[in-house]
Amino acid sequence: MTTPISYLLLSALLFAIGLATALIRRNAILVLIGVELMLNAANLNFIAFWRYSPNPEALTGVMFALFSIGVAAAEAAVGLALIIAVYRHFNTTDLDRIDSMRG
Amino acid sequence: MTWIVRNLWLIPAMPILAAGLSPLVPRKRRLLTASAAVGSMSLSLLLSLIAFAEVLRLSEQRNTTRHVFNFGWFQVGSEWLKVGWALDPLTAVMLLMVTFVGLLIFIYSIGYMAHDDNFARFFCFLSLFAGAMLGLVIANSLLLLFICWEIVGLTSYLLIGFWYQKPSAAAAAKKAFITTRIGDLAFLLGMVWLYSQAGTLLFYDNGAGCLEHSVLIKLVAETTIFGMAASTGIALLILCGAIGKSGQVPLHVWLPDAMEGPTPVSALIHAATMVAAGVFLVARVYPLMSAHGLLDLSASATPLKVVTWVGAITAVFAASIAVAQDDIKRILAYSTVSQLGYMMLGLGVGGVAIGMFHLITHAFFKALLFMGAGSVIHGCHEEQNIRRMGGLRKLMPITFATYAIGMLALCGFPLFFSGFWSKDAILHASFTWNVSRVPFYLAAFGVLLTAFYMMRQVLYVFFGKPRFESAGTTPHESPTVMTLPLVILAGSSILLGLIGTPEWEWFRAFLNDQQLRFDLRGFEESGFLAVMLLSTALVLIGLGIGWLLYGKKPARTAEAPDAVEEFTPRIFNLLRNGWFVDAFYGATFVRLITWCSVSCDWLDRWIFSGAVQFISSLTVGASRLSRSTDVLVVNRVFDQSCEEAVLSGRLLSRLQGGRVQGYLRIIGIAFAGFVLFLIWGRHG
Repeated sequence: MTTPISYLLLSALLFAIGLATALIRRNAILVLIGVELMLNAANLNFIAFWRYSPNPEALTGVMFALFSIGVAAAEAAVGLALIIAVYRHFNTTDLDRIDSMRG
Repeated sequence: MTWIVRNLWLIPAMPILAAGLSPLVPRKRRLLTASAAVGSMSLSLLLSLIAFAEVLRLSEQRNTTRHVFNFGWFQVGSEWLKVGWALDPLTAVMLLMVTFVGLLIFIYSIGYMAHDDNFARFFCFLSLFAGAMLGLVIANSLLLLFICWEIVGLTSYLLIGFWYQKPSAAAAAKKAFITTRIGDLAFLLGMVWLYSQAGTLLFYDNGAGCLEHSVLIKLVAETTIFGMAASTGIALLILCGAIGKSGQVPLHVWLPDAMEGPTPVSALIHAATMVAAGVFLVARVYPLMSAHGLLDLSASATPLKVVTWVGAITAVFAASIAVAQDDIKRILAYSTVSQLGYMMLGLGVGGVAIGMFHLITHAFFKALLFMGAGSVIHGCHEEQNIRRMGGLRKLMPITFATYAIGMLALCGFPLFFSGFWSKDAILHASFTWNVSRVPFYLAAFGVLLTAFYMMRQVLYVFFGKPRFESAGTTPHESPTVMTLPLVILAGSSILLGLIGTPEWEWFRAFLNDQQLRFDLRGFEESGFLAVMLLSTALVLIGLGIGWLLYGKKPARTAEAPDAVEEFTPRIFNLLRNGWFVDAFYGATFVRLITWCSVSCDWLDRWIFSGAVQFISSLTVGASRLSRSTDVLVVNRVFDQSCEEAVLSGRLLSRLQGGRVQGYLRIIGIAFAGFVLFLIWGRHG
């Protein structure tokens, strides 16, 4: 059985890029994009592990991936709505300036 | 019941109203206050005349002459405390006297006080006094009488101390107030006792009042300490109040000092009306004083015996002191005390009519004398020492003439003067007293002394050579507003005698509610003529001795020794100092009270104050301890823990940066750490 090492490396690369985006970028929209990237890295992992699993006939990975994409769409909608609400409130999407929860 | 009986309260209400108004009048409108006072007094006089006419009408109709008007004042438990007023001959006569003399003195005061800064205050007090005095006269309840009695005492205090800037006036006011208060305490006790025994303080209440037969019988039957009837005890206690107010021995000491007040006050309060209130009180409760006679007709009641003795002793005692005084007003003050003694004597031996007759006549001629003295003092620029006067007869003719009439009335000069008739009635009654003859001898001696000291005073003041301190100040006659009342009073001093002569005893019949009779045989009745001749002789002897000693060779200088002083210096000194009664009180009672006060002070300072201080210092110590525990232990622990909490909070709050990415970083680092731990940690 071959290992889907290249898929995993790609997924890890994607995750790392998404995490870096989420951690570094100041714009809330880009941070959301980073989050989406990380989500897709996870989806890639689902597909890769399903394709190379003992019985790929059972379509479990596809199911997961499809669900995950559906949930991600909903999550993106909520996330964007949140960002719009934050923008309306603070007149900015710069996350460094949104620190009113500071202790 | 007629209008005047129902509205008798208006008589005292008028001057009280004036007294209430005068403080509201602007200070500069002096005459307004004076006219309010005089106007209210005139109205009261008018109402008194109506009341008097009403009593006269009733007595002619041979109806009962006493009308009362009672009403409930307030409720105690289920019982109503009732007060009220009564209109009877006694009240009517007193009302007339007080309003008439009062009005004249009010008018006189306008002149006398014209230059005083506190003109309005003077008339306010004077009106208040007049109102209270009239209230006292009309009262049909011992309680109401007592209330007015105390207001009268208060105004007396205020007016004696009217010139309170003078320490002597302030001291005299205090002395008068405290001395009368001693008598009033007994009066109050008597009143409480009476209420507990009789259940009422109304004098007359349709047979249920405390001076009416049914209650008196009960009081006489009640036996208390020393086997004395309750009525006797109560009467003696009430008498104490009268003794204090009327300046009888031994509480007479305040009256001469009361002359520190303005002269109209001396005339109105301390000669004519207020001091007579004590005599009036005895006359008012006379049924109680003589209640013992209800059981045993032959014996004279104990309270009346006490009244007689007190009166007789006072009469001669005070007259003897008056002989050696130099202050024109003090002579008259002692003379007042002496005459009040005669009134008491008259009440004791002869009954209400005789005492009251002297009260009325005395009020007129003594007010006259005081106002005459005031006129003299005014004319001599506030000089009161008779040794520094002299020769005023020509300078002040009206004052001299009226003063002479007053003096002759006071001496009891025969036939034409009221004092003669009233004093003779007293002498005659004491002559026929069935208990003892001594009061008669005392009173007769008093008559001699009275004539003597009055002669001495008049000779010093009006005759001889002027002995003023500085020749520049010539005495002058007083203004008409002052001399007019003098003339009116002089007239009444003569005419008043007519209503009480033995042939036509209108006054006695009026007061006692008897049939009036005109009877020339009045003179012959049990030695009346003899007594009259005796008293005439005594008066003439007294005047004669006075003339011999002071008139034949009048003193040339103010410092020349008195004629009596040359004769018997020691007795003169004794009399001048009032038998050293003041000194005696000073050495005994005052010293005792001072000692008590000093020991109380010592106790307070060292024992009670020490204990208090010990306890307080204990408390302070305990508090200090508690405080330091608080500061050092409780506070420090609490502060420290608070500081720690703040510090840790500050430290921890740094973690809460508020930036979402910061949290995410921590999560990422922790996740990475966790992954590394999963990969290598388990094998290590």
